Amino acid sequence: MQVKKTRYDQLTENLQPEEMIINMGPQHPSTHGVLRLELITDGEIVKEVIPHMGYLHRCFEKHCESLTYQQIIPFVDRMDYLASMNNDHAFVMGVERMMGIDKDIPKRVEYIRVLVCELNRIASHLIAIGTYGIDIGAFTPFLWCFRDREHIMNMLEWASGSRMLYNYIWVGGLFYDLPVGFEERCREFVSYFKPKLTELNQLLTDNQIFISRTAGVGILPLDVAINYGCSGPMLRGSGLKWDLRRTDEYSAYPELEFDIPVGKGEMGKSGDCWDRYKVRADEVSESIRIIEQCLDRLQKELKRGPEFDPRAKLPKKIIPKEQDFYIRAENPRGELGYYFISDGKSEIPKRVKARAPSFNNLSVLPEITRGVLIADLVAILGSVDIVLGEVDR
Amino acid sequence: MSFDEIKRLLSEKFGSDVIMDIQSGGLQPALIIKPELIVPVCEELRDNKNTWFDFLSCLTGVDHGVENNKFSVVYHLASIPHKHQLVLKVIIDHDRNTSTLPTCNTVSGVWKTAEWHEREAFDLLGIQFEGHPDLRRILLPDDWEGYPLRKDYIAAEEYKGIKIK
Repeated sequence: MQVKKTRYDQLTENLQPEEMIINMGPQHPSTHGVLRLELITDGEIVKEVIPHMGYLHRCFEKHCESLTYQQIIPFVDRMDYLASMNNDHAFVMGVERMMGIDKDIPKRVEYIRVLVCELNRIASHLIAIGTYGIDIGAFTPFLWCFRDREHIMNMLEWASGSRMLYNYIWVGGLFYDLPVGFEERCREFVSYFKPKLTELNQLLTDNQIFISRTAGVGILPLDVAINYGCSGPMLRGSGLKWDLRRTDEYSAYPELEFDIPVGKGEMGKSGDCWDRYKVRADEVSESIRIIEQCLDRLQKELKRGPEFDPRAKLPKKIIPKEQDFYIRAENPRGELGYYFISDGKSEIPKRVKARAPSFNNLSVLPEITRGVLIADLVAILGSVDIVLGEVDR
Repeated sequence: MSFDEIKRLLSEKFGSDVIMDIQSGGLQPALIIKPELIVPVCEELRDNKNTWFDFLSCLTGVDHGVENNKFSVVYHLASIPHKHQLVLKVIIDHDRNTSTLPTCNTVSGVWKTAEWHEREAFDLLGIQFEGHPDLRRILLPDDWEGYPLRKDYIAAEEYKGIKIK
């Protein structure tokens, strides 16, 4: 049988004399984990980027073949380990809809879920912004972001018992109610964090060196972004108002007020690295708005009572009826989807596939890095904000 | 556009046998598309201004179990302008012999995002996508033997002389 040559073979076999292959990663600090980029370069110019991943492949989908729905939640935590709450939330919502219990979830539980998810979104974006600063050569934002993120980590640890991998949101409810005093502590954090956010913006957003490094670099046109399945800040950075929290109106989001920031090309062209960064920075302040509204409701009409039990609606056995179901939700990095196949007989799903936003966002990298400098490649990759735990699953 | 309207649109355009079956048991009904026609169907759904499915959310390969001799590829389409979603399925019969792979046409020409999703399905389930420009393993090492997500997969004893069991 004649084996057809893949694009990879054609690229690597027909090298011109001036071209050279350089491996960047898997231990390169600016590949954000264990991603290997094979670069075909001509001097400092990148002619082609070939991403190689799988170094962090932990057989998520294979494990799911032998685990019950509840047992999968801790595995889901470990996919996008910077936003475990959001992963849990999407997964749990999918199972609840299959079970038909999504309308029975108490309002307080929904609001707590949104609260912790938005806290986690801020933490995740702080890492994205901080490490992006480091990629570009600014060290201070990194330390400032990590300092503020630590407060969120401490709060979520207080609620769930774990610093990063929470397993807090359960099918039908929560692990526990929020600890007594959490709402007050969260308010303190909000009032502490707001001026810090302004400081961070002064440090990075308006920084001329930062703008020179990112504006007009790595422009991702909107049609390319859609065609490559980009989502989240990548898609919004290209100027499209597309947020599943608004489109799908899930959980408590329809009752909350927030805007969807989009990239407008203020510093360079729409869809450049600066726009993607700016969308993230603006989303942090939108998340703060959501958190404040959640706290208002949680402290007033949805106040904790002695009779409130976050585990009251937990199903004894999770056996969804025979069907397949795809759930999507807005992760900090974009559209996180789970595809379930249930046979209607066992507690173990027949198939679970995770559609990871980073996986799709990364696939556009070769397209937008053709002909850039190697230093700009670092800037572009940082602006994609990948988490390898999610790419490789 | 509702599910029934899309169904009608497809059967008017491609003939009544393009939809081989409909799965409507669960919350999300799915159209089973004739395998040879999946690429033109997807192109039509993307380009028709009434459907406008410009976003491929997810592409999944599924093994239906050892006794079934069936594989399927599931496409989750979403439309950004119309905000609707659609599920398409292609069912491939394959008797699990080791000399051939179950084969399906690639939709990577319709949505570029399918390229990596199809590589993943090839990597983990061994579904061959005809016409794919770069069909290589994506998550596992290039020299991995077997397709781990198949239901009859037996994990290897060792990998390059390292005992892994």
